[in-house]
Amino acid sequence: MTRTPMETESPTVRGDTPAPGGRRPRAWVEQPRAWRAAATTEPGRLRIVGALLALLVVAFGAVTAWQITERSAAADDVIHHSGPLSARAADIYRSLADADATAAGGFLAGGDDPEQDRERYARDIEIASRNIAEAAASSEDSAQARARLERLNQRLSVYTGLVERARANNRQGFPVGGAYLRRANRMMNEEILPDAKQLWTIETARLGEDYEDAKALPLAAWALGAVGLGALVWAQRRSYRRTHRVFNPGMVAGTVATAVVLLWLVAGHGVARAKLDESYAHGAQSLQVLNEARIQTLQARGNENLTLVARGGGDAYSAAYDKQLQGLAGTDADGRTGLLAQALDLADDDRGRKSITSAMEAAKAWWGLHGEARTKDDEGNYLDAVAQTIGGTYEDGKRPEQYTGFCFDQVDTNLERAVAHEQQEFERAAADGRGALGGLVPGAAALAVLGAAGAVLGIGRRLSEYR
Amino acid sequence: MGREERGWRVRGWATVVSAAALVAAAAAGAVLPLQDGRDGDGGPRAGTTATGAPAAAPGKASADDDCGGHPEASLRPSSASGPAVERIRKRGKLVIGVDQNGYRWSYRDPVSRKIVGFDIDLAKAIAKDILGSEDAILYKTVPTAKRFDAVNNRDVDLLVRTVSITCERIKEKHIAFSTAYFKAGQQLLVPRQGSAVKGFDASVKGKRICVAEGSTAQAELDKEKDRLRPRVLLVANQLDCLVMLQLGEADAVFTDNALAAGQAAQDPAVRLVGRPVTTEYYGVAMNEQDTDLVRRVNKVLEDYRSGGPDSHWMQAYRTWLEADLPGIEGPPEPLYKD
Repeated sequence: MTRTPMETESPTVRGDTPAPGGRRPRAWVEQPRAWRAAATTEPGRLRIVGALLALLVVAFGAVTAWQITERSAAADDVIHHSGPLSARAADIYRSLADADATAAGGFLAGGDDPEQDRERYARDIEIASRNIAEAAASSEDSAQARARLERLNQRLSVYTGLVERARANNRQGFPVGGAYLRRANRMMNEEILPDAKQLWTIETARLGEDYEDAKALPLAAWALGAVGLGALVWAQRRSYRRTHRVFNPGMVAGTVATAVVLLWLVAGHGVARAKLDESYAHGAQSLQVLNEARIQTLQARGNENLTLVARGGGDAYSAAYDKQLQGLAGTDADGRTGLLAQALDLADDDRGRKSITSAMEAAKAWWGLHGEARTKDDEGNYLDAVAQTIGGTYEDGKRPEQYTGFCFDQVDTNLERAVAHEQQEFERAAADGRGALGGLVPGAAALAVLGAAGAVLGIGRRLSEYR
Repeated sequence: MGREERGWRVRGWATVVSAAALVAAAAAGAVLPLQDGRDGDGGPRAGTTATGAPAAAPGKASADDDCGGHPEASLRPSSASGPAVERIRKRGKLVIGVDQNGYRWSYRDPVSRKIVGFDIDLAKAIAKDILGSEDAILYKTVPTAKRFDAVNNRDVDLLVRTVSITCERIKEKHIAFSTAYFKAGQQLLVPRQGSAVKGFDASVKGKRICVAEGSTAQAELDKEKDRLRPRVLLVANQLDCLVMLQLGEADAVFTDNALAAGQAAQDPAVRLVGRPVTTEYYGVAMNEQDTDLVRRVNKVLEDYRSGGPDSHWMQAYRTWLEADLPGIEGPPEPLYKD
């Protein structure tokens, strides 16, 4: 019905685009000449204004819906896609490092390695191989990630073979078992863990990209919204000047609808951005530092054990332990620098902080006890050093009150707790962020249509006065 | 150091250091260059040769540089007590530095968790002589890299852990050695079945030979590299070579045959082939100031070696080493420098 007045005037229609059913073609196929002709009369100008307003408001709605759909999808990916993939990669990385540290610990215990170590090792290998298989089977990963997964899969089976050979020889008391274990450890450190770390880095980078995509400012929507709103105000001012009528209900409705969409857009995405920032800083970043700390812990433990497995030739392992534990807990484990200090800075609530401070204390105790164990070993009291590292009895039959394995467990469990906590925080904040965008897409679409309709109705009402 | 030497042909060892040996040494020791372990044919045994070398004193300077050519020459035995022996007596325990990875030499028995082996039997004999009980020993498992520090700081009274007697250790680490209690040499270890490597000769051409980095074997292999053209695989620890051999990544291991025998004992599918290429002696390492202890240990060694086929030495040999290092008829002859 809004078209009726326009059709009566229908000035020039392009011959090559015949209007179906006698309707005139849409505004954008009009030739500039026709615009100029139409613009000479007030009804013509009104029609142009109406068409432009409707176009602007609809475009605003459409661009808003499109940009927010993209950001919402990216936020969704953070939660359902890159987030879990990154967590899975971290899990692969961690369980591999854990397997290596555990294998060395069980080995130290002698020919008959303790059941709990055997089980922990078996569980680690199972988690790692299951995750690798799952990741390799899904087509979600990039070619780069898949190549690494394939290599991981191949090498893991070689690695477990070496560990089993180490065990079989150790059971017979053959020192070559230690050489197999060192070889397995070298393979883990030089070939497997670097790939696992790369995989994790790739997945984490994707997570970062999804965050960036979700957080990217919807500038086009903002600009269109502002221009649309400005044009509506301008049209109403123009109408007021000519008619001295203050309100044109249609145009007011259109203005309100557009303003609501714009406000919603700015506020909704603003909140989403803030939540995603929170999720990234306190979740994803914390998780990254904590996961790194956990792996460093495991590697330090592995090296501590291997220092003793090497039975007198373990200087390189001992040096690696020193480096890793201090990388974790700072110089002499004072907690001032290192990954744990970083994680403490990133932790944003007491629960998260508590786990990390507990881990720090345990790391400090670990460092001290390790020093004592090293002194024992260097002085030739090997069995005492072993007892101080994995528990058991000293040569004089006494049991150590504390041993480094206990401290290591404390560090590891506290970090595990912190990781679980931050994972929750990360998911919650990311879900909040995505939630803040919820309803914006259909809302913006519906309101934009309403807004456009209002504007056109308002103009139509003015036009009708010319009949 | 003739071919006899490499063939492990050991002379009737009951012959004590004799005038005959001195004469032979004076005649041959002076003409045979020491490092030439390959070309002399039918030359006298190193031990015999060396006895005369210091006596002949071909030149003081060279004696200082290479320990008179015979670092294995030690102080004459004596059972007199001095400060070091008194120190041990007062303590009531002999503190010895041992290895835990020298299979059959000095290693931890997986069941008893005690350290046992050929070296340990000797250590027990020393403790028995000084303290009257072979159990009066405190074993210290000193790390390889810290073993000489342990001696210098007197953390241990002595080391019995397959320590090769070298001039560098005497001069630079200030270590005093007992007389040699074992003669070893670099030899090849190969899979028992289907190995193309027959010895340290043309058969190693193109073969993957594993050696420990920084070992005597590596130095020997380097010397012969251009002639024999093996493919050399370097590893950090000689046991890593056994791993490579078992995994089929190496065709042969080139190492000290005493250690190689320990490897063969861990894997019945490998064996030693060819003849030892070099000669090295193992000695008990002590602080150079503990001269009374050195003489005392040499005295113990004299007793340990004596008795022909029934000597303590032979008994220990049969218990720990013979299965993988067959054909040795006795210990090396002692050699004294004073």
